Amino acid sequence: MRAIITVVGQDTVGILASVSGICADHNANVIEVTQSVMEDLFVMVMLVNIDHLSGGINGLAQSMNELGEQKNLKIHVMHEDIFNSMHRI
Amino acid sequence: MINMKDIMETVQMIEEEHLDIRTITMGISLLSCCDPDIDRSCQKVYDKITTYAKDLVQVGEQIEAEYGIPIINKRIAVTPIAMLVAASGGDPVKYALTLDRAAKAVGVNFIGGYSALVHKGFAAGDKELIESIPRALAQTDFVCSSVNIGSTKTGINMDAVGVMGKVVCEAARLTADRDCIGAAKLVVFCNAPEDNPFMAGAFHGPGEPECVINVGVSGPGVVRAALTKCPDGDLTEIADIIKKTAFKITRMGQLVGSEASRRLGVPFGIVDLSLAPTPAVGDSVAHILEEMGLAQCGCYGTTAALALLNDAVKKGGVMASSHVGGLSGAFIPVSEDAGMIDAARAGCLKLEKLEAMTAVCSVGLDMIVCPGDTPAEVIAAMIADEAAIGMVNSKTTAVRVIPAIGKKEGDELEFGGLLGSGPVMPVNQVSPAKFIRRGGRIPAPLQSLKN
Repeated sequence: MRAIITVVGQDTVGILASVSGICADHNANVIEVTQSVMEDLFVMVMLVNIDHLSGGINGLAQSMNELGEQKNLKIHVMHEDIFNSMHRI
Repeated sequence: MINMKDIMETVQMIEEEHLDIRTITMGISLLSCCDPDIDRSCQKVYDKITTYAKDLVQVGEQIEAEYGIPIINKRIAVTPIAMLVAASGGDPVKYALTLDRAAKAVGVNFIGGYSALVHKGFAAGDKELIESIPRALAQTDFVCSSVNIGSTKTGINMDAVGVMGKVVCEAARLTADRDCIGAAKLVVFCNAPEDNPFMAGAFHGPGEPECVINVGVSGPGVVRAALTKCPDGDLTEIADIIKKTAFKITRMGQLVGSEASRRLGVPFGIVDLSLAPTPAVGDSVAHILEEMGLAQCGCYGTTAALALLNDAVKKGGVMASSHVGGLSGAFIPVSEDAGMIDAARAGCLKLEKLEAMTAVCSVGLDMIVCPGDTPAEVIAAMIADEAAIGMVNSKTTAVRVIPAIGKKEGDELEFGGLLGSGPVMPVNQVSPAKFIRRGGRIPAPLQSLKN
């Protein structure tokens, strides 16, 4: 199973590091990362494997929420199936 | 990986445009609970519901967390209770209290099925149940009630229509201290669908399987947001945008429904392809119509715009789902839609226009607050008119009006939550009493020579 993590917010130093740090803490393997900065707005999409999560997807989402609040970022963790079903026939 | 634009579109739909799964509704057949002893029957009902639905809320919450999609309501629909009353006799309110207790035990927020199907006539249990509806709704918190009084194949049971006028008034009167909430939990149908997941009209039809999961999606805000990106397109383009958006919304419903059915070990029934508004700003069907170019919902052009919207939602949704059913289409519940509330307050949206709108969209006169002194015959005639539109056009129509006891035009009722709030709308009070008193049946319409 794979999940997609999206991060949107003001660009600051260390966003990628802290998000991937949390992934490592939860044993989520990062498969792919895409990111771009548009007029100071940082947008990152990360595909991670969630087969062996230490605290389940809820735990991962909760840690990401906490990070989001600390750094004033909007972080969403969603199952990959949502995007596949919505955008592929 | 899916491209970034698509991913951000989905996140934005949920985060900013109120995309959600409106309801996962478990349909449960109670036919096996029939018993000549009403107390034993009630016990069987309680046991069956609390067994079948014990994991419903938990599974809903799990899916919500894992998939990152809000699932607003978890609900239960049961076999029309009049069928159980037919076997057991006794005071039907006992069943209502049982349903309410079972709903609270499993943690769902509504349970529908305090219902009777009387489109051709009353069988044993039907009259007793219908007469008990006002008391049942006043004594319970989560029970919803519906009565089917007509269909395209049978015509309209005008005896039942006459009774329902009085029942609606009584339901409001008995809950006058709670903003007449009783009437907001009661729907009178023509051509009622047996698999509708939306309240207050959900019940588990006699043709349904033992247990089933139905899903209702929502997303007026998403459709409106998509239309804002096309300010100058013609209506062909508008219809295309709505279709594409409806497809995406429905795919999500299909995914959540099949996942819920797998985890609960219950067959997946249908996705109800609906645009169901909420009182939240940005989640309004009226605002979609206004985005299409109407200055305010209710002006001329509203019926045409709604017809386009309703049809495009179905076309987009049908391909996204393996089984479609329920009420599928755009809902126009006045008190639950910020744009409709504004239009009604401004006097732009009137009952006559709403009636015309019901001819081209899902359901009917929904969540409309009328003056508390509206005679029962006027409400019955309103029901008859709506039923006639449904009967002739082979579609579902319904009436959920709330007589605001002690209030008049210009006052407001405040239900709170998803039911919202609404201004008391003016109602034509000229008497149809003699017509209603005649009773009998309006014969089923001809299905050929369509004009």
